[in-house]
Amino acid sequence: MEKKTIVIGVIGADVHAVGNQILYHAFTDAGFNVINLGVMVSQEEFINAAIETNADAILVSSLYGQGELDCRGLREKCDEAGLEGILLYVGGNIVIGKQPFEEVEKRFKAMGFDRSFPPGTAPEVDIECLREDLHIQD
Amino acid sequence: MRPVLLIDFGSTYTKVTAVDIDSPRLLGTANSYTTVQTDINDGLADALFQLEKKTGRLDFCERYACSSAAGGLRMLASGLVPELTAEAAKTASLGAGAKVLKTYAFKLTEDDAEEIKATDPDIFLLVGGTDGGNSDCVIHNAHVLKEIGGSYPIIYAGNRNAARECERILSGREVHICENVMPKFGTLNIEPTQKQIREVFLNRIVQAKGLSKASELISGIMMPTPSAVMAAMKLLAEGTKAQKGIGDLVAVDVGGATTDIYSVCEGLPDDPRTSLRGLPEPYIKRTVEGDIGMRYSIHGIIDAAGLDRVAETAGLSPERLSEIVEMFAANTDMLPYDDETARADEALASWAVRVAVTRHAGRLEEIFGLGGLKLVQTGKNLVNVDKFIVTGGSLIHTEHTGRIASYGFYDEEEPESLKPRACDVLVDRSYIIAAMGLLSEHYPDAALTILKEELQEERAYEQSSK
Ligand code: B12
Repeated sequence: MEKKTIVIGVIGADVHAVGNQILYHAFTDAGFNVINLGVMVSQEEFINAAIETNADAILVSSLYGQGELDCRGLREKCDEAGLEGILLYVGGNIVIGKQPFEEVEKRFKAMGFDRSFPPGTAPEVDIECLREDLHIQD
Repeated sequence: MRPVLLIDFGSTYTKVTAVDIDSPRLLGTANSYTTVQTDINDGLADALFQLEKKTGRLDFCERYACSSAAGGLRMLASGLVPELTAEAAKTASLGAGAKVLKTYAFKLTEDDAEEIKATDPDIFLLVGGTDGGNSDCVIHNAHVLKEIGGSYPIIYAGNRNAARECERILSGREVHICENVMPKFGTLNIEPTQKQIREVFLNRIVQAKGLSKASELISGIMMPTPSAVMAAMKLLAEGTKAQKGIGDLVAVDVGGATTDIYSVCEGLPDDPRTSLRGLPEPYIKRTVEGDIGMRYSIHGIIDAAGLDRVAETAGLSPERLSEIVEMFAANTDMLPYDDETARADEALASWAVRVAVTRHAGRLEEIFGLGGLKLVQTGKNLVNVDKFIVTGGSLIHTEHTGRIASYGFYDEEEPESLKPRACDVLVDRSYIIAAMGLLSEHYPDAALTILKEELQEERAYEQSSK
């Protein structure tokens, strides 16, 4: 199988670094070529990295509650930059406090995210979704 | 005594420097003006004649040369994302001593193609995509280059997965395949490309520019003059096995058309909690400001700094300064001839230094987010550099070099710009830096001794007391 390339990072002014490291190792072990941008990543940095590396997906983390603001416009900017149709995921604690996740999911869907993940999602779940969406067979 | 001759073939001059490598010292320097039409050997013979008038006859055991003749090593480069591979391509070329006329990003357009054709560079550097990453762009650009035609060599240093295909597309052209300038995302691998640029320069450009006639006389090392300057700065900073260097440094060379800035230092943040953004920075970095120069690019200084500010520094009215600027722009070999023109020249030089060093230096941004203050650094941190080298005709002939240099220092009013704090200013009065870079290839200890001897310490001024 040719390795699929994914770009991960924590968006905005968010410095929560632990989950990002866990995801980096989990995805690498699962056979992905992982471009890890670390914490405090701007939308432009996600896009630039995805262009140069010809990435198959961008996985955005947001932990500090500002996810909705930080993620707004990312899909449109991807389109603009020639990354039409690139797979976009978001996860972490993407909104403030506890809100019914179906509604959160709907809002992020409207913003162009193919999937969003509720707090505490195990990496195995993310990996399964990636395999499905990127049509990876063993 | 074992005299060695060092030659710098410039666009308008040939400059010779004689040194003794037995008991390392400078024997003398001389200049001869040359034009595009004159044979390069006439300039050299004339400069040697001038030199030996001062030193007496010298029996040179070796001769080395560098060159910035015929416009220097004129390069074009293309990459993919402006901040990533396109920037890496530019950094690589500048670091190899080239004059980078333009750097293209993304797919080349028809307009770009016309421009490239008209420019007819000495070398084209084709990059884009990390290894295994994007290959569409670089392949498209290879097709465009094929279409344009031309005979200049092309260096390929992009996505390795597309290297062979690009080579095939460009079959019939001189193509050199190198390691990717950005093999993995966010890493910089520019040395193989720089080595290749130097090789092409030696094998091809030297001949094409009529320097080969002179090369019979020369024992070797033809390199672009900026490379020689970089070699000297590296030597001066790091020292040799036998001699200590002076440590991290910044060097400025304000010319008539451009201003070159060099830094030799890691440039990492002071506070380890600061996060770094952007590409990794080369330890020896060269930037060239094409719009900042004392004559041909004099308007660029005014545009960047503002007429009023430069006028205030000069103690002249903006109207008077403006007149002097127009006069210098129209008469590019004019030297200041009275108090007012001298003050104007000095103020222009000061702001040229300020603008160019600010562009070279990194920046520290404070981001107030949830949970407090975060620091983010882009580019090199020069704050702790404490040696500031000044070279280039425009600055070494004035008495106030120290004061002019201090415009390149850290400024409390602009704390985000990571320029060096108060420094020792060392002035290349005898204008030997490039020559010592050449000498350092074979005689590093002699070159370092002479550099330390000849660079003169100058009183610098604190920013506040300017
Ligand atoms: C440690 C911590 C900090 C540390 C971070 C240290 C560091 N550099 O990493 C410090 C003290 C700096 C900090 C600061 C703040 N924090 Co804090 N912090 C935490 C804490 C306690 C643990 C985070 C952690 O490491 N978890 C462990 C990792 C493994 O889990 P994770 O990050 O959630 O990641 C996993 C999953 O979410 C998922 N995942 C993550 N991203 C993605 C993306 C995709 C696409 C997918 C599929 C999955 C996925 O996979 C990861 C691995 O399993 C959490 C509470 C908690 N228990 O979660 C609060 C928490 C995240 N912080 C919170 C807040 C509010 C803040 C501050 C704003 C507080 C303040 N006012 O100062 C600041 C923000 C600073 C900033 N600019 O980012 C809130 C966020 C609330 C919200 N979203 O509504 C939390 C939830 C605490 C709370 N209950 O209120 N914090």
